[in-house]
Amino acid sequence: MAVVTAPKPSEELISIDKTLDQLNTITLRIARSNPAEGHETTYSEFKVPVKKWTTVLEAILYVKQNLDHAVAVRYSCRQASCGSCGMKINGKPSLACYTKVSELHSNVITVEPMNNFPIIRDLAVDFKQLISNHKKMKPFIIREDSEVTPESKEFIQTPQDVEKYLQFSYCIKCGLCNAACPTMATDTSFIGPQGLAQAYRYVADNRDKGKEDRLKIVDDSHGIWRCHFAGSCSHVCPKGVDPAMAIQLLRGYLLGFQK
Amino acid sequence: MAERLSNREGIKGMANPTRYGIERVAYWLQRLTGLGLLAYLIGHIFETSTIVHGKVAWDKMLEFTQTPQGHIILTLVIGMCVFHTANGIRVMLGHGGIGVGKPGQPEYPYKAASLNYKQRLCIWVSIGLAALAMMYGASVLFGD
Amino acid sequence: MRESIIMKIHYGTALGAVVLVAVHILMRMTQNFDQSLQYQNVIANYHFLPYALMLEAILILLSVHGFNGLRVILLELKQGSSYEKIVNYGSIASMAILIAYGSRTILMAGMGIS
Repeated sequence: MAVVTAPKPSEELISIDKTLDQLNTITLRIARSNPAEGHETTYSEFKVPVKKWTTVLEAILYVKQNLDHAVAVRYSCRQASCGSCGMKINGKPSLACYTKVSELHSNVITVEPMNNFPIIRDLAVDFKQLISNHKKMKPFIIREDSEVTPESKEFIQTPQDVEKYLQFSYCIKCGLCNAACPTMATDTSFIGPQGLAQAYRYVADNRDKGKEDRLKIVDDSHGIWRCHFAGSCSHVCPKGVDPAMAIQLLRGYLLGFQK
Repeated sequence: MAERLSNREGIKGMANPTRYGIERVAYWLQRLTGLGLLAYLIGHIFETSTIVHGKVAWDKMLEFTQTPQGHIILTLVIGMCVFHTANGIRVMLGHGGIGVGKPGQPEYPYKAASLNYKQRLCIWVSIGLAALAMMYGASVLFGD
Repeated sequence: MRESIIMKIHYGTALGAVVLVAVHILMRMTQNFDQSLQYQNVIANYHFLPYALMLEAILILLSVHGFNGLRVILLELKQGSSYEKIVNYGSIASMAILIAYGSRTILMAGMGIS
């Protein structure tokens, strides 16, 4: 019987492996609050063992499993696909599953709920406004012949046509852009970079015929004109959606630079 | 209470120019210089209105404004004006979708095309031009 | 008025003001700065009709641009229909007052009324 044995790793590889495997301990500060119950924000500190590849979400889950089961956090896919675990990590909106502890270069990590979203409890925030603004943008293809009939033909798009909107369709609705936006910081009626970028995603799609409808919706006193191209939304976007670009291109239609 | 529940960053967050790169600093400077220039415009219209009261009133106003402090304020106004203009043109073109890059397939590490080097360069050029104009203005005002 | 029209006016006034303010500043540079502020020289400027008209244009452009900019900032700071109405009408009133006050100076100095 043939026995397959793995080749022996070199001394160098063993030493790298040992370095990677070394446990380090960090202090994880978690913001705790329950506004509905009138509880003010306090910070709970936990000592968490981490490795080089440990993500902030894994550190929080370590706390939940071993130190305090009551920490409220929303998460699902653990791979930056679902957009559930957005939070403020050391003051900056980030996805907890997409941020490694080692890249923060700090032994103390503070996690807080995202700004500009109402807090449900601890790190979990309410997405009602984001979803409602997203819906206002009519996030679907609008055209009269969209019903499938026996005579229907497929919508043909060239790769160039697809490229015009593809990157904006990668939005996972994590809300980081809205948390970083300076207008969202004070303007409760602003649509926000997420909604505006999604409006452009459909306007730029050559199958869509709802451009005029969407331009009317965003041309409001708390619409697209309240974006001042500070770029913070694109700075924090974990998927490369670049909402700032989408908003400026959308505004180009209203200013007559785009047809 | 409502503000606390909505967890908005508020004015403090809006006016904080750190954390999000030079573009956020430019946004903050644009607002600040805009407010400063509006205040100057109101003051300037008020100070020049003294001319309708004759030479004595005009000279009295000059005596009050043509001081080292007045010159420092005017130097700052020159800087604010140049920055607000240069950065304003950048922002205006950006608002029309010019210079913000082209949509494409995003690739890791997902650097935003709209925050490109041209935009950053324009911001630094605006700051540089404002500094140069301030130096020139100061040399004219404080010269002789 | 639609917000897009207001913002087009905002951009237009900005561009117009840039050109005219540049001329206004360059006029100060045609002579020594202190000299250019002498009473007779300033009055001569006001008496020169094209220059007086340019000052009036700058006054209108900058008042509209400046107070609309302030309106935008104030609208973003706080929301509510009555607050927004006050901000909108307040900025229009401020524009009108500033333009009227500045025009009075240009008119009186230009016509030699003092």
